Amino acid sequence: MNDHMLSVQNLEVTFVSGLDQVHAVRGVSFDVKPGESYGIVGESGSGKSTVLRAICGLAPTSGGTLRLNGAGIASPRRPEFYRQVQMVFQDPYASLHPRHTIDSVLSEPLAIQGFDRRDERIAQALEDVGLGVGFRFRYPHQLSGGQRQRVAVARALILEPQVILLDEPTSALDASIQAEVLNLLERLRAERGLTYVMVSHDLAVISHMCERLLVMEHGLAVEELTREDLRARRSKTDYTAKLLRASAGYTKEDIPA
Amino acid sequence: MSTTRAWLLSDAPLSRRQAKLGQAYRTWLGFRSNGLAMFGLLIVVVLVLLALFAPWLAPHDPLTGDLNTTRLLPPLTEGYWLGTDDQGRDILSRLIYGSRITLAVVALVAILATPLGLLIGTSAGYFGGWVDTVLMRFTDIVLAFPKLILALAFVAALGPGIENAIIAIAITAWPPYARLARAETLTIRNSDFIAATKLQGASSARIIWKHVVPLCMSSIIVRVTLDMAGIILTAAGLGFLGLGAQPPQPEWGAMIAGGRNFLIDYWWVATMPGIAIFVVSLGFNLLGDGLRDVLDPKGQK
Repeated sequence: MNDHMLSVQNLEVTFVSGLDQVHAVRGVSFDVKPGESYGIVGESGSGKSTVLRAICGLAPTSGGTLRLNGAGIASPRRPEFYRQVQMVFQDPYASLHPRHTIDSVLSEPLAIQGFDRRDERIAQALEDVGLGVGFRFRYPHQLSGGQRQRVAVARALILEPQVILLDEPTSALDASIQAEVLNLLERLRAERGLTYVMVSHDLAVISHMCERLLVMEHGLAVEELTREDLRARRSKTDYTAKLLRASAGYTKEDIPA
Repeated sequence: MSTTRAWLLSDAPLSRRQAKLGQAYRTWLGFRSNGLAMFGLLIVVVLVLLALFAPWLAPHDPLTGDLNTTRLLPPLTEGYWLGTDDQGRDILSRLIYGSRITLAVVALVAILATPLGLLIGTSAGYFGGWVDTVLMRFTDIVLAFPKLILALAFVAALGPGIENAIIAIAITAWPPYARLARAETLTIRNSDFIAATKLQGASSARIIWKHVVPLCMSSIIVRVTLDMAGIILTAAGLGFLGLGAQPPQPEWGAMIAGGRNFLIDYWWVATMPGIAIFVVSLGFNLLGDGLRDVLDPKGQK
């Protein structure tokens, strides 16, 4: 079991508000090896983002076990947990504080976690994501969407985590910028031996980035595929077949008159 | 001059200080283009200067007058341009010294009420659940009392005087700030940048203080500035009723009360402080409106 970086067993997430209960994730299990990039795909509302949020403690887990490097994850999360697991959010316009400079965005995690050599680390993090120190004292509104997402990646990397959770990191960006950010993520993973768990509804992105993937529907895990399965369009279930067809784009015959 | 301007407006600031100053300068440029707001700022600046330099600006002693020679002189009398009151005191000098009291009331109420409202509102909004319920019901209870009546009750209990009037006004002034801060916090607390901060291991206190409060600040500043006119009027009202500043302090509301007895024959005694209250309230309102235009995050982009 210990050769798994991250292990999720029978994860259940239930949101309760008043008498309403939403069972968003119903017993999802998967294992991620060190250095692997693991994808989660599904349509909107399938609970794929909720799985990520549950792993890092932003969504309430109502059942199942989570293990990091073989050790159980305490709930609520301890500050040390965040040195190992970080997350990049979907919308770079919403994930940066509008009144904080890039400098304070990057120096805050260092201050909270008590890191030394902060100036050096900030400069290094900006270099690593291809922004350069000229961006250090800008405000988010002075940056483009792609630049903002690079800052978000720098923020996730600055605590030197082993696992990065990517919640549709490119879906809010336009196509040319998407490729840049994906290549950046690929390069950083290769350089640092990072483990990724990546959520996306874009199968092309997943097949570019991930070795294995999990298909989810209505909070349930439908099936696990390898990249080769995905490229050859080999699926065991109807739902995955439908998803694969949909991602290829609709032709006239698919739409009933 | 132009190099300073370029340095301030630089797209790529080189230091924390430059980034902060540049941001402030952009806000100032936005504010400067609003004529009415600049007029309001001018009134407030003049008020502050009057209060600071009162001993040098006032032509006469504000507290004692000559009952034999200078009693109830009309405006535009040589040396007493706004006239004198029934004690023979120069009204202009009393207005100038009175600006100190007005400014002190406004500043102290803002200093006391704003942090209290911010603390209660952001905590309620951020934590939600029973914390929210307890804090906001308490706020509703305070809010349910009419402001002036509650202030009257406090002053009556604590004893008349300008200090107690300030405390009473501060106690009644914070609930709107708490509600505003809570409403702002509710829109902020589920945003991704707060989640990202949680993922760095930040404590709740740190998130509220460093991430939530700065975003509430601008709307609170606007609200406090707009409320200052009301605070001045409440203080003047308490003074008018004899529960605020005590004689012979030159508080504007108390001065109106003093002139009320002979309003028809000696109109200027009550009118001059009335004009002063009106002008200063107007100044704060115009300033608040201008600040809303440049600071309110909802107005931008």
